[in-house]
Amino acid sequence: MDQICVVALGWKMKSATTAPAYTLNHPRWYRKRVSTYWWLQRWEYLRFVLRELSSVFVAYFVLLTLFQIYLLSHGPQAYAKFQGLLKNPLMIAVNAVSFFFVVFHALSWFNLSARAMAVRVGGKRVPGVLISGSNIVAWLVFSVVVAWFLLRG
Amino acid sequence: MEAKPSQLRLEPLLWILFSAGGVVAAFLIPVQLFLQGLVFPLGWAKGPDYATTAAFVAHPLVRLYLFVLCSIPLFHAAHRIRYTLYDGLQIKHLNEVIAVCCYGGAVFGTLVAGYLLWSFH
Amino acid sequence: MASTITLEVSRYSPETDVAPHFQTFEVPFRKDWVVLDALNYIKDKKDGSLTYRWSCRMGICGSCGMLVNGEPKLTCATFLADYAPTPVRVEPLRNFPVVRDLVIAMTDFMRKLQRVKPWLIRKEEKPLSEGEYLQTPGQLDVYKQFSMCINCMLCYAACPVYGLDPLFSGPAAIALAQRYNLDSRDQGAKDRFPFLSQHDAIWGCTFVGECTRVCPKHVDPAAAIQQYKLTAAVEWIKSVLLPWGGK
Repeated sequence: MDQICVVALGWKMKSATTAPAYTLNHPRWYRKRVSTYWWLQRWEYLRFVLRELSSVFVAYFVLLTLFQIYLLSHGPQAYAKFQGLLKNPLMIAVNAVSFFFVVFHALSWFNLSARAMAVRVGGKRVPGVLISGSNIVAWLVFSVVVAWFLLRG
Repeated sequence: MEAKPSQLRLEPLLWILFSAGGVVAAFLIPVQLFLQGLVFPLGWAKGPDYATTAAFVAHPLVRLYLFVLCSIPLFHAAHRIRYTLYDGLQIKHLNEVIAVCCYGGAVFGTLVAGYLLWSFH
Repeated sequence: MASTITLEVSRYSPETDVAPHFQTFEVPFRKDWVVLDALNYIKDKKDGSLTYRWSCRMGICGSCGMLVNGEPKLTCATFLADYAPTPVRVEPLRNFPVVRDLVIAMTDFMRKLQRVKPWLIRKEEKPLSEGEYLQTPGQLDVYKQFSMCINCMLCYAACPVYGLDPLFSGPAAIALAQRYNLDSRDQGAKDRFPFLSQHDAIWGCTFVGECTRVCPKHVDPAAAIQQYKLTAAVEWIKSVLLPWGGK
């Protein structure tokens, strides 16, 4: 490979006994530049980037929660004002979109982790569907537990 | 091409944090966002009032739960955002800047979460 | 059913062209023909200068990988009937330098493949008198899927990370490393570890999953890479907790 690179730069190779120089033929390869918008060129790539960007909404949730905790420690008026802000249609819209992406994150995560693990029971490979399915069941169980804590008041 | 020793030590740790954050975020975030962002503001169900919420958050186990919920997913997001910027926008020359901003942001968020929950009253 | 189908074939002549362009051919449409048959027809009857790789014509040699309507495929396994009557666009594999027409330079892949040491590494070989290395079906099952790789490089054409970062080792190389790491007869996992556990190898992979989707032999390289990430992470934890080195 190095020889080809050297020759492509137009240098000539000389053999050890200083015979006449021999230039190795190297055709001009075509290298296509990858566009900055490569992720728009195929639906699979776009879906991948959206999956990765769902993590932005995960971070948004964390910041929202931290802000709520901050206001909680600053008294009922501050907290009530924030609750009012949450009722604003724009905030509802933002939270609805965030919820969609956070659910997309969860479902795609279960799918990915099922493929990333080779779980073997008694020498046979557990099918991925079982792993992601059991993850979804666990997810529902956790959700019910958390909801119970928040709904009982 | 062998890796630099520092790279060998950082990448596995960042991936472990990313995985842990993904698990926490996947299992625990959707229901909480659903309730606190949609159900309670839209009045589909009655949420806890200020006094109950404050007492609830003050409980040490809840503080621990919230700390985990608000710290590790940040590393998950930081890791994914860093790679998306690196690959998606092809700004490789800014690689170190992106990494520092992303993980630094996650560390900062973790510290904020720790401070808020430790000093909550 | 129409009697012909249109093929738009990417042509590039390094002596005369600056960039590839498409040339259209009308090819007889037969229900049992694959894209490779169409290319062979073009070379036999229409334009003998058309250059492309093929060999076994039955999906085991891995030579005939090309993009068919933008999707990496083995042309010997892609039926014209699935595309008729719309035209079929044939291009060389993505993310590789084009040498001529539909032929790409695969030196980069061959080099990366060599570096993962895709052979059984033993600390010491058993003498012949002791017979073969025995392996149970269970032990075979652990790595068999990853051994199905035919080095066709469709996964490299599908992987966006390889397109963006030419230093990335790529799906097939890492999957083949795993094939040997998981082989019960192999003792070379430690030898492969320094090459694999770095940013240009497993840590560069963001689990897009396209490699697994396009693989004609269902090797699932994405799973191999993620499983190795877990192994490497465990190795890292062990090296941190036991710096004086356990076995």
